[in-house]
Amino acid sequence: MEEWLYIQNEVYPALLKGFWVSLQLIIPSALCGLAIGIMIGVLRIYGNRPVMAAANGFVVVFRGIPLVVQLFIWYFGLPYIGIYLNPFVAAVLGFSLCSGAYHSEYIRGALLSIKRGQMLAAQSLGFSKVRMIFSIILPQALRRALPGCGNEIIYLIKYSSLAYMITCIELTGQGKILASNSFKYTEVFLMIGACYLVMTSVASIILNRVEDRLRLPGFEHHRI
Amino acid sequence: MAHWRIPRMDCRHIMAEPILRIENISKRYGKKDVLKGASLDVNKGDLKILIGPSGAGKSTLLQCINFLVKPDEGRVWLEGREVHYAHKRDLYAYRQKVGMIFQDFNLFDHLNALENVRIGMVQVKGMPKAEAGERAVMELERVGLKDHMQKYPAQLSGGQKQRVSIARALAMDPKVMLLDEPTSALDPELIGEVHAVIRDLGNNGMTMIMATHQIGFASSLASEIVFMEDGRILERGTPDKIFNDAQNARTREFCSKITELYGER
Repeated sequence: MEEWLYIQNEVYPALLKGFWVSLQLIIPSALCGLAIGIMIGVLRIYGNRPVMAAANGFVVVFRGIPLVVQLFIWYFGLPYIGIYLNPFVAAVLGFSLCSGAYHSEYIRGALLSIKRGQMLAAQSLGFSKVRMIFSIILPQALRRALPGCGNEIIYLIKYSSLAYMITCIELTGQGKILASNSFKYTEVFLMIGACYLVMTSVASIILNRVEDRLRLPGFEHHRI
Repeated sequence: MAHWRIPRMDCRHIMAEPILRIENISKRYGKKDVLKGASLDVNKGDLKILIGPSGAGKSTLLQCINFLVKPDEGRVWLEGREVHYAHKRDLYAYRQKVGMIFQDFNLFDHLNALENVRIGMVQVKGMPKAEAGERAVMELERVGLKDHMQKYPAQLSGGQKQRVSIARALAMDPKVMLLDEPTSALDPELIGEVHAVIRDLGNNGMTMIMATHQIGFASSLASEIVFMEDGRILERGTPDKIFNDAQNARTREFCSKITELYGER
C-alpha cells in the first residue's frame, strides 16, 4: 500500500513530467537530425571538392566524439566564448548534429546505390543537377535509406537519456532524482526502462507504417 | 523586288543547313581513344543508323552529342547555333531539344508511366501539372500505353518500358532523337512493338540518329547508314550501297556477318 502511494504520488507525476520533456527533446532532434543528415549526405556525394571535404569533416567530428563530451562542450564550453545555451537547446543541438552525422552515412549509402542511368536520363531531359537530386535521386534514395534512418531514430530515443548530464531533466533525470531520494533504484529504473521500451516500440511501429506508405513497386523488400 | 527575294534566300539557307552538325568529336578515356574525330551532318527528317562492332564508339558518340559524356574536342551545332556546353543554361536548353533513348530504358523507378512522361515537362519546362499531364496521356496513347499509365517501371515489360521512355522524350518536343541500341536489351518478341513506334516516328518526319544491330529494320528505314570502327566513321552511304556495294573491306566483312546473325533484310 505504501509502495502504491509512493508510485501514485511521487513516481508517476515525476516520470510523466520527464517523459514529456524527453518527447520534446526527441521529436525536434529527430526531425533536425534527419534534415541535417540528408543535407550532409547529399553534399558528401554531389558537392564540389571543398564542400565534400567539409561535409566529410562534419561527420568525422560529430560521429567521432562521444556524445556526452559534445553535450558538455555545447553547454559548459560555449559560455567561455560568450555563448550561453539553455540545457534544452544545448541538448537538442547536440542530438541533432550527432544524429545528422549518422543519418548522412545511411543516406550516402542509399545515394550511391542509385543507378547511373537514372541520372543520365534526368540529364538528357535537361534537368539541372539540383533538380535532378531533389526530384529523381532523393525520392529513390530516401526509400532505400529509411530502414537505416529508422534505426538511428530508435537510437536517438535512447541516447536522449544523456540530456540529464547537462541538467536538462528528462525521463532519466527524473528517475535519478527519485531514486536517490528513495533509494528504490531497481523499481524506479525498471519503470523508466519500460517507458523507453514503449517509446522505441511506438517509434518502430510508426517507422514501419511510413515504410509501408512509401513502398512502391520495385522498391519493396524481398522476403525469402 | 527586294522584299520577296530576301525571305526566299533565307528560306533556302534554312533548307540547306543541317539541323544537327557534329564536327570532329574526340574522346579519350585514359590512354584509350574512344572517338577519333567523328563528324556528322544530319538534315531534318534524316534517320541515320550507326552500325559497327561493340567498342567502335557508337554509344560514346551518341552520348557526346548531348554531352552526357563531355567530348575532349569537337563542336556541335543545333539548327545553326553552336552549343556552348560549358554554359549550363545553354546545355540544359539544348538537351531539352535532343531526346535520348537508352539501351536499358532508364525510366525513373519511383514514378509511374504517366509521371515519368510528365516530370520533364513540369520540372524542366515549368509547365503546369495539369497541362503536362494531358500531354503525357497523349504521348502515352501515341505509343499505345494509355491503359498502362498508372503502372510503375517494375510492373512493365521491357518493350513497354522502352515505349514509355520514347513517350517521355517526345513530350519534350525534341528536334532530334538519339537512340542508343533501343531494342538490344529486349526479348525478340518485344522488339517489334518498339520498332513500330520508331518507324511511326520516322514516318512523321522525326530526325533521328540510332545505333543498332537490327540491320533489317535499319535498312528499311534509314536515310543513311554510318559504319563506325575504332572510334572513326569508316564509311557512310545509303543502305543499299553499304550492304551491297561497300567500298571498305571492313564494312563488307561486318555487314555480311551481321546479316547472317540478324537475318534477312
